Amino acid sequence: MPNLKDLKIRIDSVKSTQKITSAMKMVAAAKLRKAQMSAESARPYAERMEAMVGALAKSFDGVDGAPELLAGNGKDEKHLIVLVSSDRGLCGGFNANIGRFARNKIAELQAAGKSVKVLCLGRKGRDQVRRDFGDAVLDTLEDLTKNGAQYDDADAIALRIRTMFEEGEIDVCTVVYNKFVSAITQEVTPLQVIPFAVADTTEEATEEGQDAELKALYEYEPSEEDILEELLPRNLSVQIFRAMLESFASEQGARMAAMDNATRNAGDMIDNLTLTYNRARQAAITNELIEIISGAEAL
Amino acid sequence: MSDTVQFELVSPAKLLLSEEVEMVVVPGGEGDFGVLPGHTPMLTTVRPGIIDIYENDKVAKSIFVVGGFAEVSEERCAVLAEEAIAVEELNRDDAEARLQKANDALTAAENDVAKKAAERELLAAEAMVAACGA
Repeated sequence: MPNLKDLKIRIDSVKSTQKITSAMKMVAAAKLRKAQMSAESARPYAERMEAMVGALAKSFDGVDGAPELLAGNGKDEKHLIVLVSSDRGLCGGFNANIGRFARNKIAELQAAGKSVKVLCLGRKGRDQVRRDFGDAVLDTLEDLTKNGAQYDDADAIALRIRTMFEEGEIDVCTVVYNKFVSAITQEVTPLQVIPFAVADTTEEATEEGQDAELKALYEYEPSEEDILEELLPRNLSVQIFRAMLESFASEQGARMAAMDNATRNAGDMIDNLTLTYNRARQAAITNELIEIISGAEAL
Repeated sequence: MSDTVQFELVSPAKLLLSEEVEMVVVPGGEGDFGVLPGHTPMLTTVRPGIIDIYENDKVAKSIFVVGGFAEVSEERCAVLAEEAIAVEELNRDDAEARLQKANDALTAAENDVAKKAAERELLAAEAMVAACGA
């Protein structure tokens, strides 16, 4: 029979844990709202940018001399994976999922004889990858999402990736991040940024058929090549920025769901413990009564 | 056709401005250009400089932008800018500090990519200082 005092201590401890998890849940919910808003307000820019790149890329389709950021440098040997994760834990499967995906991908690429490097945005992603592929981790950038994702950070990361690309250190760059589907669902998504995979427009092709015709009528100033040359580096920044925003929103969503679960579990645990506690208390009282009564009878 | 154009100014973080205007003058990569309703569809780069929004033949609003792109169609003009600051909020000291920083970055740049980025930043900072003086 568990001791009454021990039970009491356990109940109190679970209660205080529950208080913490429910507070964390509320904080995550507030942050989620903010993150969602900033993700939404970033959308117009990214969409316009995508439309421009799409329109320009079409005119380079199959033509030699397209910028390397778009067409690639013709090689497929050295891969860079940008792993977007969070700095803090306690957010359910958020980091575990993306870590697993990244590890599988690295193993796959290495099995195919390619060299792989990993740039981690967020401490937790690094922890996931370091165990198996410590050598592959190039660097880890932390505290990027302290105040929500910042465009300047994304720009700096993009610059770094571009430098590596131009110096021939990497051939292909893929960003792996948690895509925000809803507050409780995230989807691990790989996004190839170098060479830039122009969004497959099959689903939009029908409705944008007229749009495409319109686009062909644009005048370009300066030339299409020059604009594309300017556009691609920025597009890279924007893609990374978007991945960071999505990942941040996903993180908050995942944490909210995880903390909601934890709060509920703590509630169940408290109920169970209270039941046991009351039973133990009742048993003690009954015991005492029996002793008194049998003592009285003996007289 | 309406006698206004839909002008949109977008930064990576958000949609900054979206309104009907009579005319807007944008600092294009190849020189300033004004957009009136019925402009030829065009895609162009934007250099660091000032966007003027006209109303009743007068400048109603001036916004300093740091580089980007403009997409013009008959009834719309969308500017994608990396940064945008209303001219009256510009601060000469900040601008000069930025110029100084850009200069340092250019001297410190070790490779082509960093150098190019620093040069671009330098141009932006120079334009910012010039915009303060205006």
